[in-house]
Amino acid sequence: MKTIYTMGIDVGSTASKCVILKDGSEIVAKSLVDVGAGTSGPTRAIAEVLEAAGMKKEDMAFILATGYGRNSLDDIADHQMSELSCHARGAFFLFPDVHTVIDIGGQDVKVLEIENGVMVNFAMNDKCAAGTGRFLDVMARVLEVKVEDLADLGAQSTKNVEISSTCTVFAESEVISQLAKGSDKRDIINGIHKSVASRVVGLANRIGVRDAVVMTGGVAQNGGVVSALQDALHHPIYTSPLTQYNGALGAALFAWQKATK
Amino acid sequence: MAENEKATAAAPEAAPVKKAPKPVSPGTQALRDVVSKVYAAAWDAKKAGRPVGWSSSKFPCEIAEALGLAVVYPENQAAGIGAQHDGQRMCEAAESLGFDPDICGYARISLAYAAGVETTNESRRVPAPDFVLCCNNICNCMTKWYENIARMHNIPLIMIDVPYNNEVTVSDSQVAYIRGQFDEAIKQMEKIAGVKFDEKKFEQACANANRTAKAWLKVCDYLQYKPAPMSGFDLFNHMADVVTARGKVETAEAFELLASELEEHVKNGTTTSPFPEQYRIMFEGIPCWPNLKTLFKPLKANGVNVTAVVYAPAFGFVYNGLDEMARAYCKAPNSVCIEQGVDWREGICRDNKVDGVLVHYNRSCKPWSGYMAEMQRRFTKDLGVPCAGFDGDQADPRNFNEAQYETRVQGLVEAMEENKKLKEARA
Repeated sequence: MKTIYTMGIDVGSTASKCVILKDGSEIVAKSLVDVGAGTSGPTRAIAEVLEAAGMKKEDMAFILATGYGRNSLDDIADHQMSELSCHARGAFFLFPDVHTVIDIGGQDVKVLEIENGVMVNFAMNDKCAAGTGRFLDVMARVLEVKVEDLADLGAQSTKNVEISSTCTVFAESEVISQLAKGSDKRDIINGIHKSVASRVVGLANRIGVRDAVVMTGGVAQNGGVVSALQDALHHPIYTSPLTQYNGALGAALFAWQKATK
Repeated sequence: MAENEKATAAAPEAAPVKKAPKPVSPGTQALRDVVSKVYAAAWDAKKAGRPVGWSSSKFPCEIAEALGLAVVYPENQAAGIGAQHDGQRMCEAAESLGFDPDICGYARISLAYAAGVETTNESRRVPAPDFVLCCNNICNCMTKWYENIARMHNIPLIMIDVPYNNEVTVSDSQVAYIRGQFDEAIKQMEKIAGVKFDEKKFEQACANANRTAKAWLKVCDYLQYKPAPMSGFDLFNHMADVVTARGKVETAEAFELLASELEEHVKNGTTTSPFPEQYRIMFEGIPCWPNLKTLFKPLKANGVNVTAVVYAPAFGFVYNGLDEMARAYCKAPNSVCIEQGVDWREGICRDNKVDGVLVHYNRSCKPWSGYMAEMQRRFTKDLGVPCAGFDGDQADPRNFNEAQYETRVQGLVEAMEENKKLKEARA
């Protein structure tokens, strides 16, 4: 039987991700470029994943695009789907027991209810970007730390510092005033993680949280947010090293489904 | 305020380019004509030196109708201004006057207009008011909105206060409270009109309003057919008639004509919807008038027809006499408790066989949007259908984002598709 390769492309607001799958079950290659919709990111991510796999676009049986910039890839993608369904499918592939997916991306937060591997309901954040990856980017800049160091620094916190504002702009002022008061950066970071968690909990409870809970998206790499969310939800949360690729993985899985229909 | 005092008339180049209107059925045309006549009658009254009122949408129109008073409706005016892409400019004008951007977009447009800012939408220009009629059953923002207009123009405000009802039934004491206000309003309006209240004319206006309500419900009920004989989005346009002309016989006749057209479509298996129906949804809330095309685009692309809107039960009320009328006017979307609100919506969702619910979190309407998260939870639990919410605004386009809306609609369609498969697998 002929081997079938499919590609999933997830063009988010802050990053472009690609996954090439073999026969809908094995990840052959993946790529990530740190710029998203409206930039050179998607083209570069596609070129990188093809190069990593040693393949050409023509070798793909089906290409499916997802994410905020999914509609800008008509020249290469055979089909597009929402990132909601793709994250659901990717999480189910990685964690077959999943019933709840919490995805925190660059500028949105989504909570998905999963039944037998498919999304049956969902809730998303409103127009405000508080509690998203962008929120953490802004806070890291104010604190003069790298966003990837937030988790380790927050874990060293010894004192509770509350960041009560949900608005990114006001929370930034709150962080600045905490710094001016002499609060420890590590305590402030821990407070920021709790602030993100409290905002996501409200959204998750609208849908209802059922085990297993899986967190996807770039922010799932921040163990501090995962831990704060776990405490606030009172449910264990599973993450994967592939978390940033989850949307692209789901897209590649749907692409395989369409190619073999 | 005299018309020549309109202070900041919009520059002609701000007006949108007008396309030739699409042909419509005689019923739809008759409904459009009714609304046009309401606006024309107000101008005629003004020119003849008779008083003109501005009224909230669920003030008992039957009283003004019986007294022969010309009345226009700022909510309908603001929706029309929003739909013709002049809402943002008017909202910004109101903000420049000191009104907060967080208050209702309709209120801001209306207050800017009341203050003398002219609109580019010529069809929605109205004469300056000589009195205002305010009933806060439709929302509490109305009270301050109308107080401001009354103060700006130094004109009488006839106020009917309908308290929020935290029970499903309307008590006799509530009826007595509202009936007392009706009686007082009649006296105040007699003075404005310069004529005595005529019981027979009032009974006729009530009969017209009841006939309109029945015909409106009949039109709405045709959406129960699968596929529906029309796009339910059309109901939002027809709401203009229910708001501005419930008490006129022409309105009842126009809705009856539309109902007969829909009956023919059902018999022939045809529809006026511009796309084949694959999914049926309830669209919850007032549409984003400035973004109608954007709202409609992904619905059309995915074969999603709106077959349920809460306006059907909310404006389809029939009554007999002043006490029953007081009871009927207690039931508006924002003056009833969540149980009543859920019951209305779930009833129409079941009758009209929806596959999902799309909720507009309307930045203009906090009371309506505020309880939607809980309602969504109940819809999913009780009806077993997915729901999606999006942020927007009925009149201020700054509160709407197209990309976010499209993702949520696409997510809803994908969830409805999977939900259908699951239900079929279980069956």
